[in-house]
Amino acid sequence: MPAAVRAYLAHERVILGTLMVLLLLIAWEGLERGWWADALRPLLGDSAQRLRLKPIFISSPTLIAAAAFRMFFVTGEIWRDLAWSSAGYLLGLVLAVAIGIPLGLAGGWYRRLSYAVQPFLAALNATPQVAFLPLIIIWVGTGLSERVLIIFLLAVLPLAINAHAAVRTTDPRLIKVAGSFGASEWQLFRTIILPSSVPFLLAGLRLAIGRGMIGVVVGEIYGSAAGLGAMINQAGARFQTDRVFVGVLTIVAAGVILVEVVQRIERRVEIWRTPA
Amino acid sequence: MIAKLEAQDVRLDYLQPRSNSQLRALAGIDLKVMDGEFVSIVGPSGCGKTTFLSVVDGLIPASAGRILVDGRVVTKPGPDRAVVFQDASLLPWRTVLGNVRYGLECLKVGAREAKERATHFINLVGLSGFEDHYPYELSGGMQQRVNLARALVVDPKILLMDEPFASLDAQTREVMQEELLQIWLKAKKTVLFVTHQIDEAIYLSDRVIVFSGRPGRVKQSIPVTIERPRRLAVKREAHFHGIEDAIWSLIEEDVRAERNQVTLT
Amino acid sequence: MVILLLVWEAIGASGLVDPLFISSPTGVARAAWQLSQRRDFWTDLQVSATEFMLGYGAALAVAIPLGLALGLSKRLQYLIGPFVDTLNAVPRVTLLPLIIIWCGIGIWSKVVVVFLGAVIPILINAQSGVKASEARFIRVARSFSASRFKIFSSIILPGVVPFIFTGAKYGAGRALLGVVVGELYASTAGLGHLIADAGNTFQTDVVFVGALLFMAAGLIVVALLDVFEQRFERWRPSPR
Repeated sequence: MPAAVRAYLAHERVILGTLMVLLLLIAWEGLERGWWADALRPLLGDSAQRLRLKPIFISSPTLIAAAAFRMFFVTGEIWRDLAWSSAGYLLGLVLAVAIGIPLGLAGGWYRRLSYAVQPFLAALNATPQVAFLPLIIIWVGTGLSERVLIIFLLAVLPLAINAHAAVRTTDPRLIKVAGSFGASEWQLFRTIILPSSVPFLLAGLRLAIGRGMIGVVVGEIYGSAAGLGAMINQAGARFQTDRVFVGVLTIVAAGVILVEVVQRIERRVEIWRTPA
Repeated sequence: MIAKLEAQDVRLDYLQPRSNSQLRALAGIDLKVMDGEFVSIVGPSGCGKTTFLSVVDGLIPASAGRILVDGRVVTKPGPDRAVVFQDASLLPWRTVLGNVRYGLECLKVGAREAKERATHFINLVGLSGFEDHYPYELSGGMQQRVNLARALVVDPKILLMDEPFASLDAQTREVMQEELLQIWLKAKKTVLFVTHQIDEAIYLSDRVIVFSGRPGRVKQSIPVTIERPRRLAVKREAHFHGIEDAIWSLIEEDVRAERNQVTLT
Repeated sequence: MVILLLVWEAIGASGLVDPLFISSPTGVARAAWQLSQRRDFWTDLQVSATEFMLGYGAALAVAIPLGLALGLSKRLQYLIGPFVDTLNAVPRVTLLPLIIIWCGIGIWSKVVVVFLGAVIPILINAQSGVKASEARFIRVARSFSASRFKIFSSIILPGVVPFIFTGAKYGAGRALLGVVVGELYASTAGLGHLIADAGNTFQTDVVFVGALLFMAAGLIVVALLDVFEQRFERWRPSPR
């Protein structure tokens, strides 16, 4: 095998992936700038003009990059939105962790509680929780508490459900071992249940992070003063497509970073696990 | 006389992806199995006996050397050979009948004929009445019977059996050994049987081939001259124990050597 | 459950809390009855159902074949993978403002957001289902000289079915979310529109009816998928 082919095969994944992304970006840029319209004109005649799209319709990678640069480093306006949304997001998430995990663990541990809580969890899980948004607004109006509540509602379920499942699926052999050593209920919980639950809890946290992101956008639908979601909504209403993209990409970046952090922790915590 | 199955200097080297180094699994296997013969391969774990079986079936290409069936070179799986896999590997979403029929489907045998032939072999392994059961409803022994029927139904010249009774409990295993011999007498197949159980190899075989530790090569070929048909009681006779001791002493040093290495599998 | 309903009713009847805030079970039931008499309620229901079915149906039709193909071909996965990963990282509802610019506020913007919500989990599940096909079964097939198509249809496909159902159930939730958010965000009809309107005019009981309808829809879809799945899964030992 020639060296070039071998080098290609070794990095095929990166090469092909990058190639496709570049192609897409170029195709996109070309739609906005009219490259394709100009290039295909001899072939298609005037109908080629359909391939020239208005910036308000799709924007373009360079326009988005320019807008991002302006918003982050020139006017710096996005930082305020980011701070505003982060506050609500973190409060909602912390609240969800503080309530969801203990509730789930307790539900898994005490059978009676489980019977009482399970139907609610199941029903709530099948519902798109966002449907409760108008109710929340009736209760607390629009503002920080509304956003915290919707983020909480979205994030709490995966946490509670995973915590519940974690206790339920603890290896019964380990519980037997602890029992034969005469472990008290608290010791059993602390030494067996909790450690074996950690991976589940972290997986739940990862899901919750993504769900919470939905809350950021949805919670700011109704005239929030600031925030990424509000910014996206306003930009959308004014057809500032490049700003919409900047907002969406910022949320994506925040989500990816948070999930990466959790995954780092997961890897750290799970060194005792046999590699799959 | 031409051998039914012949391995000529079969070598196999693995590329270990992590260290990027060659690992030799088989170091020149030479072997002949005559028509209708029952031959077993024993050896310490990791000696490559299962791998060798995969090479014979054509699932793994040999790095060097050849496999011949009836004097013709084979390089990939064909209907002249069929494998009885170690863990029964029954398709869990198919019934007993569906599993036994599977090989015939792959050979594009018509549905009616496939069903007839499958039913015949289900009867042969003593599972009539269980045609519509799913694998999870069967005991380990029954699953291995289905496994055997699945291999027999394509009417191969050579049966390749890969520790088929390893996961069974000791009593079931003995019964299955006896039944296998009865079926073998009826079906008249050439068998290459891999096992790590020395007594199993002796009881079943006309000849036992002892592999050395990694990399695998043929250490010795030991004929078993016990008269057939064999009852299970033959395992308790002095003659039997004599062969067992001879084989064990051949393997023992390799097992001890292996013990001192850290093996990651 | 019953206790909760009773407490809720008691609080509602006691007048301690403004019924505007929490309504009560009987209030909700009354509102449901009144709604069911209204023509536009059924239109709303029909609009939402259409959005859901079109978007979810399209998601199934695209995600299952594409997921299988991605699982089978490493190259294809290298090509498409980055886009799937990116879309997976985006909460798809954040794309709503864009989708509305592209498709307007009619049902098509909702169909698209429903589609985007559902397509990713189904696709990823189908793909990982193929990846999880058991090597030992493939070995059996190869040993019988099975054709590539036979390996696919007899080994890989049956193994992927449970994965696809898991993805489809998860995707159904995402799809419903798309209906709600899409209609809350900007719409002229649909259950989400009804809820948003009722919220703006403080008809708490109507909001509850709407939310309960969405809950029912979620439960029904999952139950239907469960029933459907069982027909495929006769070979599995039933759990206890």
